[in-house]
Amino acid sequence: MASNGIKDRVAIVGMGCTQFGERFDKGADDLMVDASNDAFASAGVDKYTIDAYWLGTAMSGNSGITLARPLQVEGKPVTHVENFCATGSEALRGAAYAVSSGAYDIAMAVGVEKVKDSGYQGAVGAGKVPTDGTDRTLTAAAMYSMIVPAYAKKFGVAESELRDVLSHIAAKNHYNGARNPRAQFRKEVSTETICGAPKMAGSLGVFDCAGVADGAAAAVVVRAEDAHKYTDKPLYVKALSLVAGTGAGLSDPEYDYTTFPEVAATAEDAYRQAGVTDPRHELAMAEVHDCFTPTEMVLMEDLGFAERGTAWKEVLAGTYDLGGELPVNPDGGLKSFGHPIGASGLRMMFEAWLQLRGEAPPERALGNDRRLALTHNLGGYPGEMVSFVSIFGTEKG
Amino acid sequence: MRGIVSAATYIPRARLDRSAITGFVGSGGGRGTRSVASYDEDTTTMGVEAARIALRSAPGGTRPDALWFSTVAPAYLDKTNATAIHAALRLDHDVPAIDMVGAVRSAVGALATALKSTGTTLVVASDIRTGLPGSGDEASGGDAAAAALVGDGDGVLAELIGTASATEEFVERWRTPGDARSKQWEERFGETKYLPLGDQAWREGLKAAGIEAGDVDTLIVAGLHARAVRTLKGRLGVAKEAQADDLTATIGNSGAAQPLLLLTQALEKAEPGKVIALVVLADGADVLLFRTTDAVRSWQPARSVDAQVAAGAEVPYGKFLAWRGTLTVEPPRRPEPPRVSASSAGRHEDWKFGFVGGVSPETGEPQLPPLPNSTGSVAMADVEGTIATFTVDRIAYSPSPPIVFAVVDFDGGGRLPIELTDAKVEDLSMGDRVEMTFRRLFTADGIHNYFWKARPVLRSTNG
Repeated sequence: MASNGIKDRVAIVGMGCTQFGERFDKGADDLMVDASNDAFASAGVDKYTIDAYWLGTAMSGNSGITLARPLQVEGKPVTHVENFCATGSEALRGAAYAVSSGAYDIAMAVGVEKVKDSGYQGAVGAGKVPTDGTDRTLTAAAMYSMIVPAYAKKFGVAESELRDVLSHIAAKNHYNGARNPRAQFRKEVSTETICGAPKMAGSLGVFDCAGVADGAAAAVVVRAEDAHKYTDKPLYVKALSLVAGTGAGLSDPEYDYTTFPEVAATAEDAYRQAGVTDPRHELAMAEVHDCFTPTEMVLMEDLGFAERGTAWKEVLAGTYDLGGELPVNPDGGLKSFGHPIGASGLRMMFEAWLQLRGEAPPERALGNDRRLALTHNLGGYPGEMVSFVSIFGTEKG
Repeated sequence: MRGIVSAATYIPRARLDRSAITGFVGSGGGRGTRSVASYDEDTTTMGVEAARIALRSAPGGTRPDALWFSTVAPAYLDKTNATAIHAALRLDHDVPAIDMVGAVRSAVGALATALKSTGTTLVVASDIRTGLPGSGDEASGGDAAAAALVGDGDGVLAELIGTASATEEFVERWRTPGDARSKQWEERFGETKYLPLGDQAWREGLKAAGIEAGDVDTLIVAGLHARAVRTLKGRLGVAKEAQADDLTATIGNSGAAQPLLLLTQALEKAEPGKVIALVVLADGADVLLFRTTDAVRSWQPARSVDAQVAAGAEVPYGKFLAWRGTLTVEPPRRPEPPRVSASSAGRHEDWKFGFVGGVSPETGEPQLPPLPNSTGSVAMADVEGTIATFTVDRIAYSPSPPIVFAVVDFDGGGRLPIELTDAKVEDLSMGDRVEMTFRRLFTADGIHNYFWKARPVLRSTNG
């Protein structure tokens, strides 16, 4: 199977990202327009310059008209994509491949989600497909909660110790988010508060779960050779990898809920595309899909940031803290940003954009001068998920 | 020889302590307990469970060529309920499935008609007994189902040796369609009506069988008019020790299901050559007289009445009220699920109703649910499994939150993450054994969503 990648053939030359949160003041239309305008300004272009658009949204609209209408882009191809929680990343992937093919010179990816118009706390399901009524009905929180006892058992970690690990992850991401004006939650949260929160599913409390927020983000992509026409500091696309799982984990008695095979596969593919052999020491930072705290812990192993069975120790040692060996979720992650499904992937890329270009505020300094950043999304459940990994860099080669 | 080939009952695990009613309402209640259908059970799902046990207990795997379902509390009107039972039992398409619903008497009528008919008929009776808080019906009622396989041949456990009926029109107990409870005329009136009818049917039944009252080894008198039942039982000329316990102290009176339930229990206890008399008082009197055969000696009931009576777990009164819809409690703040697609459910009848999995072309293992590449089918409803891991979901939609959910590895292969029922999360451990049970997940737009759940195996209910 070939997965050749498009290393150094496409670059991001402008990005925008709204403030995330309970944006009762803004609709999906407003959020898309805001993020798009920021990205246009960032790249020094306008909507007429863009040849083609990719819109990622899981539940805020259907068809390209969802973007074409509020932005009033006339006579342009606008493609709507959806791929669970990787929806925003999928939009960037489509735009990047289109430019790389030569079909267009300049394209834009926009991701948006308006979650807080449902009237419910927490995310509610995307479009309802009529079914025979036999599908699982439990929440993502419950599915991911099964990681905790499984990991504890497999690696002989006391559940109380694992509780400290999960609290460290939540506290770290809130610490980072407290230093980010675009985050939904901008307050540090103590581990005592995290541990004492009401339980949602299994042993997961409120602070083990990502927030729910509205938001939008956008990126302008061009061929790498054109990048310097738009900016002195482009981000080159090093790798884009996507896997849609078969659901085999749900029916495989060997599957043990301590790993996400789809993630491991995308990581391996992305590292190969980018030529990365030692991610923990080559990456400046990683934005990963911390929908639930145990998810982030397992991701450290599936993404190759820790040996199997050691991520819990690395978390406690501060390896992934700001200034640590490999800062993870320096912007605050889903924990601080909430998870507007279509926007999250591009929001992660926005942090890579800021950090690698030296535009992140000093209080979020990574503490290293490496030149590569990784972003990761997953969508679905342990055993049945979509996974996406991208790698960006400031230099070719 | 025509008679009962197999019989079984299904008693839901939940028990309401009647004293809890008194504590809440300030009156009513009483001593003992009653059985309670869980929030995810209705008369159809309980009927499925009783029928499954009856077929499992049938000698030589006898299958019915007709299915008759009787209940006072049908899940659907207009639409037949027996077809869901038919699908869950995976009966052949040429087996008719027919409802006989409405009155309590319909159940014994179905049994008597099957016994006087031809072919092998599976008669299923099921009931959920309701009543206003503090009422006698609420306290004395019980929820249960029972099933009997009626047929001919050497496998007959109990041969029908005589029947009789007495009928009269009188308004003693009634319910108008849509009403959640029954009403009754003053108790004495019903007694004055039932006793002569019972006497008459009893005399004629004995005559038809050619026996005397003293020949009866087990006497069952069923009926919702407790006073008439008690009085009649004492004056039929049958010795006290031959009068069967009616189980009202432990599970209550299960209405339409009660006659078959008590008959099942009598068959489970019977020796060969014994006479069992079933007398039912419901808008008249029906008498069915049986003589057990040698086949009872080798009969192995898959799950006995006594074991199920003993396997109760207490349900708080508030939960009981919520389950019956009497008390409206705050639902989880989640959108309610959409209605089931009839056409999609129709395409997946084997999976949804029969719990029939596919076969993986790569591994040859059961594929749950079946995928388009499946290379066969495998019936999984009677396969037990082991909990690989589990969790409790406090935020998912459920008619009775929280949801307990487990990843189940089935014996002989196949894994499915599936909802648990009849389970307390604090009692669960990885490695626990579970069995499949047919349940109603939810109802949307009046369409009941039937599917299977797993529940902990209680070893004491086996055998």
